[in-house]
Amino acid sequence: MSEAQMKVSDEIAISIENMNKWYGTFHVLRDINLDVQRGERIVICGPSGSGKSTLIRCINALEEHQKGSITVDGTLLSSDVKNIDKVRSEVGMCFQHFNLFPHLTILENCTLAPIWVRKTPKKEAEETAMHFLEKVKIPEQADKYPGQLSGGQQQRVAIARSLCMKPRIMLFDEPTSALDPEMIKEVLDTMIELAEDGMTMLCVTHEMGFARQVANRVIFMDAGQIVEQNEPEEFFNNPQSDRTKLFLSQILGH
Amino acid sequence: MSSTTHTEASKFSLSMLINDTRYRSTTFQVIALIGLIFAMGYLVSNLLSNLADAGLNISWRFFGETAGYDINQMPIEYNNQMSHGRASMVGAVNTLIVAFLACVSATVLGVIAGVLRLSNNWVVSKLMAIYVEAFRNVPVLIWILIIFLVMSNVLPQPREFRGDAAASAMWFDMIAFTNRGVYVPRMIMGDLSWLVVATFVLSIAGVFAFRRYARNLLFNTGRLIPTLLPSIGIFIIPTVLVYFILGSPIGLESPELKGFNFKGGLHLRLSLIALWFALAIYTGAFIAENVRAGIQAISHGQTEAAAALGMRPGRIMSLIILPQALRVIVPPLISQYLNITKNSSLAIAVGYMDITGTLGGITLNQTGRAIECILVLMLFYLVISLSISAIMNVYNNAMKLKER
Amino acid sequence: MSDTPNLGFVRDEPIPPSPPPVQQAGAVKWVRENLFSNWINSILTILSIYFVAKIILASTPWMWNGVWTTSSLRECREVLQGTSGACWSVLTERWNQMLFGFQYPVEAYWRPTLAFVLLLVCIAPVLFQKLPRKMLIFSAIYPFLAFWLIWGGTLLTPVIVGLSLIAGYMAFVKTERLIGFATGLLSGVVAVALVLYLGSFVTAALSGFIALEPVASRDMGGFMLNLILGTVCVSLSIPLGIVLALGRQSNMPIIKGICVVFIEFIRGVPLITLLFVANVVLSYFFPPGTNLDLILRVIIMITLFSAAYIAEVIRGGLAALPRGQYEAADSLGLDYPQAMRLIILPQALKISIPGIVNVAVGLFKDTTLVSVISMFDLVGMIRGPISSSTAWTGIYWELYLFAILLFFVVCYGISQYSQWLERQLRTDHH
Repeated sequence: MSEAQMKVSDEIAISIENMNKWYGTFHVLRDINLDVQRGERIVICGPSGSGKSTLIRCINALEEHQKGSITVDGTLLSSDVKNIDKVRSEVGMCFQHFNLFPHLTILENCTLAPIWVRKTPKKEAEETAMHFLEKVKIPEQADKYPGQLSGGQQQRVAIARSLCMKPRIMLFDEPTSALDPEMIKEVLDTMIELAEDGMTMLCVTHEMGFARQVANRVIFMDAGQIVEQNEPEEFFNNPQSDRTKLFLSQILGH
Repeated sequence: MSSTTHTEASKFSLSMLINDTRYRSTTFQVIALIGLIFAMGYLVSNLLSNLADAGLNISWRFFGETAGYDINQMPIEYNNQMSHGRASMVGAVNTLIVAFLACVSATVLGVIAGVLRLSNNWVVSKLMAIYVEAFRNVPVLIWILIIFLVMSNVLPQPREFRGDAAASAMWFDMIAFTNRGVYVPRMIMGDLSWLVVATFVLSIAGVFAFRRYARNLLFNTGRLIPTLLPSIGIFIIPTVLVYFILGSPIGLESPELKGFNFKGGLHLRLSLIALWFALAIYTGAFIAENVRAGIQAISHGQTEAAAALGMRPGRIMSLIILPQALRVIVPPLISQYLNITKNSSLAIAVGYMDITGTLGGITLNQTGRAIECILVLMLFYLVISLSISAIMNVYNNAMKLKER
Repeated sequence: MSDTPNLGFVRDEPIPPSPPPVQQAGAVKWVRENLFSNWINSILTILSIYFVAKIILASTPWMWNGVWTTSSLRECREVLQGTSGACWSVLTERWNQMLFGFQYPVEAYWRPTLAFVLLLVCIAPVLFQKLPRKMLIFSAIYPFLAFWLIWGGTLLTPVIVGLSLIAGYMAFVKTERLIGFATGLLSGVVAVALVLYLGSFVTAALSGFIALEPVASRDMGGFMLNLILGTVCVSLSIPLGIVLALGRQSNMPIIKGICVVFIEFIRGVPLITLLFVANVVLSYFFPPGTNLDLILRVIIMITLFSAAYIAEVIRGGLAALPRGQYEAADSLGLDYPQAMRLIILPQALKISIPGIVNVAVGLFKDTTLVSVISMFDLVGMIRGPISSSTAWTGIYWELYLFAILLFFVVCYGISQYSQWLERQLRTDHH
């Protein structure tokens, strides 16, 4: 176990109980029960269509669930807009296609939410933004536009943008899937550094090397349910369920 | 942790109307609806008090009253003792006639111009570009007025066709272009003429059937039979045969010069011709651009792939490019048809009595019933527009590329 | 084995570029390939050249022989003595009426001309991103300046209106920061109304302060009227179109229904019926006793007309935005007004500009329809006062050619800009 994997507290950051979600009549998430401790790093994997992206998008209310409960940092995710806003300012999210705002500079992308949501004064927001841009190692791009950056740089900016809101939990939705192979490493390194600083992370990814190095827990989902979860070593070396075995053989095979 | 489920009803409080996502949208909509009702109420109350002050009210009885005015172009039976309702119908038919004529000619003109625009003959393509740019950038009203004025000034008067040394002659002794309009022969349907018409319709079906037969023959046996000449034959020969066998039941009444004017035949007034030509040429320019964009939208890779498979340019165009291009061309084409219908209301500028000229013009002025007339006028155009849009939606859905 | 060829190869020096073989007879070759490549093309080329030559031969002597200095059509014919020639004198005599209408005071012509020149300066920074952004300050001032120049009256009126808008904006910003969007909007509206109310006393008292001779709306005409209607209606319809577009694509059925009904109704009827409404019916809907000028009523109806079309264009722009932008804004915690204002609308509007420009060109051409309800714009002037004057009855080609030229220059210029902009947007670094 790496040093990062040891820094887990007992406090529960996210608590999901009996969560179910339907798209129309399609039962996309079935009876999800999950407790995430503060400082824990969880990697969620599974075949496409298994609902893993939907799961983490339910956590910051980008998707609504119809049954069960999700509690984030003590706030119950209900239909009250105040609760939703509170959760969203504590939870940061990184998307597969980065979703940077193309008409704003990198610096403006990072200072937008602190200024308009947390009402931080502009100067302070810019200082925070530069601090995090340095952390992801691209402070010199601050005045450029997203279109002028490479994919790997854009994703790192996206991470910095989420960090500027000082979240306590970070969600990653396949952050490296849209990147050219030579850029994956720089993004994964950033995420590893984040983990080593003690951030609570839920990461949907296919990067199993990352899981082995950083995750406390690997969760395998299929057909909307959590099929198996375990510590990384046990998960990769001793998969219990047949479905897990099939999936691992497909992705680790080539 | 806490086991509150999502569906447990927390106590309802008023602030939830704004904050709770379940109630928020309803709240806004109710506010909007109330605002709309107040606004409408205010307008209607103003309307009623203004009408009362002017001594008017809303009544539809004028539709039954005698119109008392003549309409120059009468496709259906009308005289000035008939009702306003009848006059409006005449106007409506006139609108539909000019819209139909303009749609057909604009399509033909536009397709030809669009395809020629893409030809690699520099002179032709530049000429088409000039046509398109010149006509698109000038208001259609100006074109209507110019064509009308040119025709009424340049075309000869009817009496110049008189005599042996006439200044002007009729085309084929049947069609006369004068500055009062175009006189064409009228078809007189004798007995059994319906048989000829039926044969004509059947022969069109026959052409389609023959082509389907030829294609099936190709698919099943690999034999390629010629289709162009036989199609033309099927189109023409049966109708002509039946016509002569029945002893020429369809006659032509040609216009003849009697006195100062032509009598007999069909009189297409100059206003109709001017409106038709102007709408056709103006909209043809827009259609040409649509056609050009549609053909150019098909990626060049399609042509290359088809050529690599050994297909010749004619087949590439008809089997690969045109079907895909049509998908891009037809929706804007249909909205151009809508524009033609709406632009036909400019008939009032040249005195053509379409529905805007009858219902929205003379009837409105004579009876003073402005609100009722304008409402019915708008309703007429609205029904046509919505029908055309519905057709377009049906087409779009049928043609959608099936994607995952 | 000794008879396998040696596969290895290394090039020592790169091959320098060399010129291609000389083309034989370049121009003739081009003509042969492009104009006469097969017999269909040859026929088309000959027909086109014949057609073009015929037109040029017929019209050029007529234009060249034009008479510029007579004062009536009859005199033109006397001068020409039967040869074909244009009577351009109608333009020399009446060009000002065609541009400004026949009731606009002659000594005031400099005012709309100046307003037109300044219009070009005003929209330049909006249309061309490369120009310095400081020019946008002038663009914001321009509407008030132009109003004062064209309609006259005291300078205080536009100044007060401008101040009211500034007051409203500041009230909105301050309250929104503290409380929220809805209260901010409310306080902005209240501030505008308050300043306007107080200001109306000031303008009534000081009506001569830096005043230009007021010109009534009904005295405006000619091409100037087309330009005024076009710019005013398009500018006013853009905010309305944005609201309609947002409403149309919202999830709330009532709001969506209202917007859909409005948009489909307006798009389904011809503009001329709406102008009939402006002419005859609209005054019934105002409180009894109000008497709005015809030009104002026409502006209202044309603005509603244009807003529906612009709403459809903006809806297309909104749909073209990737869904991820909405999600990123949501996940950062921005609420609906903030997300719209900061993220979605700037991008959607930028994509929609070519479509909006097309609508603007179409609308500008449609302003000629006001001639049908007896307003004397350029077409109205030609059909009305000029054609029915005794000196010039029967003349038409010269007048309409002038009109065609004016409209063509403006519309073609705008559509060329639109095409340039589309090319820019396509090669943008997105």
